[in-house]
Amino acid sequence: MTPLAVHTDNIHRHYQMGETNVRAVDGISVDICAGEFVALLGPSGSGKSSLLNLVAGLDRPTSGDVVVQGNNLAALSREQLAKYRLRTVGMVFQSFNLISSMSLLENVELPLRFAEVDRGRRSTLARESLERVGLSARLNHRPAELSGGEQQRASLARALINQPRLLLADEPTGNLDSRTGTEIMQLIQTFNQSFGMTIVMVTHEHILAERYAGRMLHLADGRLVADAANKTARNISIPTLATSGEAQ
Amino acid sequence: MKLYDVADLALRNLRESIFRNSLTTLGISVGVASLVAMLSLGIGLQQLASRRLEKSGLFDTVVATSRRDLRNFREPRDEGAPSAESPALDESARQSIAQLPSVVEAYPDIRFITELRFNDKPHLAMVAGVPFSARDNNDAFEAMQGRFFSSQSAHEAILQKSFAEELLGMKPKPPGGAPSSNGDDNANIAELARPLLGKELVLHYAERTPSPTATPGDESAYSVISRQQALKIVGVTDIDPDSMRGSARARVFLPLMLTQDLHVVSSDQRDASTTAPTYTSLSVRVANPNQVPTVEDAIKKMGFNAFSLVDASRSLRQFFAVLDGFLAIFGSLALAVASIGIVNTLVMAILERRREIGIMKALGASDADVRGLFFAEAGAMGLVGGAFGVTLGWVIGHLINFGTNIYLARQHFPAAQIWSVPVWLVLGALAFSLVVSLLSGLYPASRAARLDPVQALRYE
Repeated sequence: MTPLAVHTDNIHRHYQMGETNVRAVDGISVDICAGEFVALLGPSGSGKSSLLNLVAGLDRPTSGDVVVQGNNLAALSREQLAKYRLRTVGMVFQSFNLISSMSLLENVELPLRFAEVDRGRRSTLARESLERVGLSARLNHRPAELSGGEQQRASLARALINQPRLLLADEPTGNLDSRTGTEIMQLIQTFNQSFGMTIVMVTHEHILAERYAGRMLHLADGRLVADAANKTARNISIPTLATSGEAQ
Repeated sequence: MKLYDVADLALRNLRESIFRNSLTTLGISVGVASLVAMLSLGIGLQQLASRRLEKSGLFDTVVATSRRDLRNFREPRDEGAPSAESPALDESARQSIAQLPSVVEAYPDIRFITELRFNDKPHLAMVAGVPFSARDNNDAFEAMQGRFFSSQSAHEAILQKSFAEELLGMKPKPPGGAPSSNGDDNANIAELARPLLGKELVLHYAERTPSPTATPGDESAYSVISRQQALKIVGVTDIDPDSMRGSARARVFLPLMLTQDLHVVSSDQRDASTTAPTYTSLSVRVANPNQVPTVEDAIKKMGFNAFSLVDASRSLRQFFAVLDGFLAIFGSLALAVASIGIVNTLVMAILERRREIGIMKALGASDADVRGLFFAEAGAMGLVGGAFGVTLGWVIGHLINFGTNIYLARQHFPAAQIWSVPVWLVLGALAFSLVVSLLSGLYPASRAARLDPVQALRYE
């Protein structure tokens, strides 16, 4: 039996905005197995990103349990949550979230600094990770000098540097054109298929989810309204990005 | 995060907003400079006063007198033998006192009022013997016009300014009169000395010689012979070397050995109960003002009266401690203002780098990592600001000292070091700057550490 990577048990996340109580996540229970590629779908405000943040350990549920790789996140201290984010999950964002004052190499090295990896080893790992996403020629460039696709690839390299078991992607192609988006999706799928990494991806692009995700969770008003296996998802050949150069 | 990574990231962040951080650091520098300048002046003035007082002999000198001498009579105290049993203050007593531990020298106080003739005009003045050691430890002689005595019994004289004025027929200034605003008083000392140096002053005195009819060893019978001694004027001093003597202060100074050799008749010199020559008082110079009370006690145990001004020295140190405290408080005010600048800069940095903090937290940075980063930035600004501040304070102190000495030179005063930056002040100012900066970083660092990563990542 495939072990569970993520288990949520009736989790709620409510915000107070002025006098309104916003139920961003409203009683979601879901199990995600290790190695699954799950897409979270739904319109804006449906609670996709809020659920992702809860799984990422960036936010705490108002009630309910989130268990990831055996860790009940609700019970972890702030320090333990930081360690969890460092070791267990990697995150990719729609707006890349690279630090503009740092070069790509420094950006990718950053999680290794928090993990107290020695300087020499840090540099080697970061170079390898950037090479894996085809950016070995851009090590010393700053994010502003790169295209969106390159930035997202660097962001992926950074998310994977500590070899997490769970990759969380929040609209990873939202700021990219369709061709570059496809490249990123292929990369993510590669990590899923080659390394058995569990992927949870937020997207509002149904076509993208159908193409790559093995399972689609539909959310509306903070609730899980549909949980469907996707039989149309393709198994694609692994691209050789290290030599592909940049596609604009 | 490892310490060098914290330092590396902090310095990178500081470089990113170099202009704003430089201004904040400059604020700290000005604060530290003000503190250093204020305290260095306080310390300098204290050292100047201490040097002057040490050289005046006020605080390292014990005056010993005999209890037999009724002019030194005081209310009976529990200080040793009654006056009748007290030993005579003679040469053997002087030698015993000179051999006490910590005593540098013990010399008799020889002074007498006599007539001095200059250009055949008579003048009356108190004459005092000066030990040869005063050349190096009395600043009145260091800063005078002319030179010190050429030998321990040279036939030379140094004049106090008022006596020099009298010799030149100038009207003496009324005591306590307002000083001249144009600095003429001070200009005069060089002009006063010029016509007097090298000139002859004739001392008329009465010498005591053993009576030809007296039996050998009986000194109670003696003859008095009127004599005169030509002296060469070698110096004129503005500062009163004999100020602690009050109304008995001398205006003409001769080498101590010369005054002893002259055997001037003095009512002080004879004690009715002894045939040997005795001294009115001995000046006992001690190596260190701290040892004055010990020497004072030892002299009292020998059966003499002894007094010193060590209590006044303690009051003076207390005064300077209070002065330094006030200067430090005023100096620290600027640093307090600068610390508000640090808080402001770091709070601004949090706002600007809110998203960056969110990213770092999403990547696994702990609260301690973020807090450490902001602390390191505050500390770096404090250290750099402190180092610049100490340098700036040093320069300001130097300029004040330079300006003061120009003013003193124009007023014909000797140059003085009114400013001092000891090593402890440099290290203390750096440490204080660092501590103030870290304290200023407390709130911003804690605020940054507790940022909600979800909110921070949403921030544009």
